[in-house]
Amino acid sequence: MRNARPVLAVLAVLLGIWYAACIPMNIQEVLTTAARAGAVVIPETAPERLATSRFVLVAENLDHIGASWSVDRARLPSPEQVLGELWKGIFDQPVTSKRSLVYHGMITLQATLAGLALGLVVGVGLAMAIVYFRVMDLSVMPWAVISQTIPIVALAPMIVVLSNSLGLGERLGIENRLVSKAIIAAYLSFFPVLVGMIKGLRSPDAMQLDLMRTWNATGLQEFSRLRLPASLPFLFASLKVAVAASLVGAIVGELPTGAIEGLGARMLVASQFGQPLLMWASLFAAAIAAGGLILVVGLLQRFVDNRLGVRS
Amino acid sequence: MTLNDPVIAAQGLDLTFETNDGPVHALRDVSLDIGKGEFVSFIGPSGCGKTTLLRCIAGLEAPTGGSLTVNGMTPEAARRARAYGYVFQAAGLYPWRTIGGNVRLPLEIMGFSKTEQADRVRKTLELVELSGFEKKFPWQLSGGMQQRASIARALSFDADILLMDEPFGALDEIVRDRLNEELLALWRRTGKTIGFVTHSIPEAVYLSTKIVVMSPRPGRITDIIDSPLPRERPLEIRDSREFIEIAHRVREGLRAGHVDE
Repeated sequence: MRNARPVLAVLAVLLGIWYAACIPMNIQEVLTTAARAGAVVIPETAPERLATSRFVLVAENLDHIGASWSVDRARLPSPEQVLGELWKGIFDQPVTSKRSLVYHGMITLQATLAGLALGLVVGVGLAMAIVYFRVMDLSVMPWAVISQTIPIVALAPMIVVLSNSLGLGERLGIENRLVSKAIIAAYLSFFPVLVGMIKGLRSPDAMQLDLMRTWNATGLQEFSRLRLPASLPFLFASLKVAVAASLVGAIVGELPTGAIEGLGARMLVASQFGQPLLMWASLFAAAIAAGGLILVVGLLQRFVDNRLGVRS
Repeated sequence: MTLNDPVIAAQGLDLTFETNDGPVHALRDVSLDIGKGEFVSFIGPSGCGKTTLLRCIAGLEAPTGGSLTVNGMTPEAARRARAYGYVFQAAGLYPWRTIGGNVRLPLEIMGFSKTEQADRVRKTLELVELSGFEKKFPWQLSGGMQQRASIARALSFDADILLMDEPFGALDEIVRDRLNEELLALWRRTGKTIGFVTHSIPEAVYLSTKIVVMSPRPGRITDIIDSPLPRERPLEIRDSREFIEIAHRVREGLRAGHVDE
């Protein structure tokens, strides 16, 4: 419980900032509503208010700021409004409903996991090639680094178009959209895996490699009994980054592709139709999904650590 | 190979490393015979090539001149035939394996059967007095115990030759004395041929039947001393006149190597 205290302190500060920010952000709507209800607000007319600074409005209408946290269609919804929307999206409808955040979350999660799996295979495979073949180290590694400097938002539509026109999904018997999302997620998640695995596979020192030679171990034995287990701690460190990157990739993959399902599509729809509350709720749903995934990786790591006798 | 042939025979061995600063003569004209069951120490200051010589014998380094045979084969062939166990200065146990798992590692690699593996792990751990620590992880053991486990690992597949590169160099003197005693007992019981690199004169004299004194730049042998000490050696032997005389001769040999410079 002592470990939770710093986390809770940070959370309290964030919530404080959030609640405070709601006042100036929503003051226009609050005053409009109040004026319509016949209350006295300063200045009196809407155009005048629009021309006045938010902070001046707050200072001159302190009586009305109580309504800042319960505005319909607020610019910045309050935490409890977001929580309410999140609750509604998760629990108030069947998970098969198109309005359920669980439904959309599952779709995004599917792409995230598929992308992570693809990223793992590519990352680990490339790392092995780079560690074992100097040519690969010299030729592929710079491109792997360059690949991460290209904004994924620019690349995502091209990946979608390419994978659609190649009909990758039909050939694999998977939905096309899932394929392109998974590729985008893999594009982001393979890199941390690659970097971690290169470092991990190279972590055994000269003495440990010599020892293998004194036993006349084969290359495969050296890999499976020395390099691979030595790389596992590095892999788990990378995996936590890769999981988050994969989720971001899946969401980004849903944004420009005309997707109608998934948390990314939900955010896009909300922003286009002026529903900030839904946007925030989708955002938090994504954060919860990311937290859950990282928790799973952490549990997996603990399990492996136990098996490998890591000092706790 | 007949019974009296040396297990390890070096004739005019040369090894030159090509570096950016020009060639470095790590070994020059090293000639040496090691018979079966001998305990041979290589002693000398750092840079004298004692570790390099041991690595040549192990087939981890290739000499650039002269001849070297191990069990009548080239060192490379001997390495592939798994003719020796090698102990490094650091225990180098795999942290993700238990002590038993570490000792079992070479056995797995060499393809021993599961029952044979378990049997040998038990026996070798007994030999180094680590019975009961099989399930422990390396970090749960002291430095001396870890080094004992690494010796067990080198012994587990029962090669006739044991090569040790300053195995007790990182341990404190008290632990070192005990491990020296235990190593001698182990050598007497198993009859293995041991090559032992050290830079401690008392350690070399106490353990060896043959002491090879080396000097640096270029790495070469300055003296080979056949020890007259009996095979049975209590720690007190280190106060005897014979022991002190041999130690003196080793010291002289080391000093002679330095005067040459």
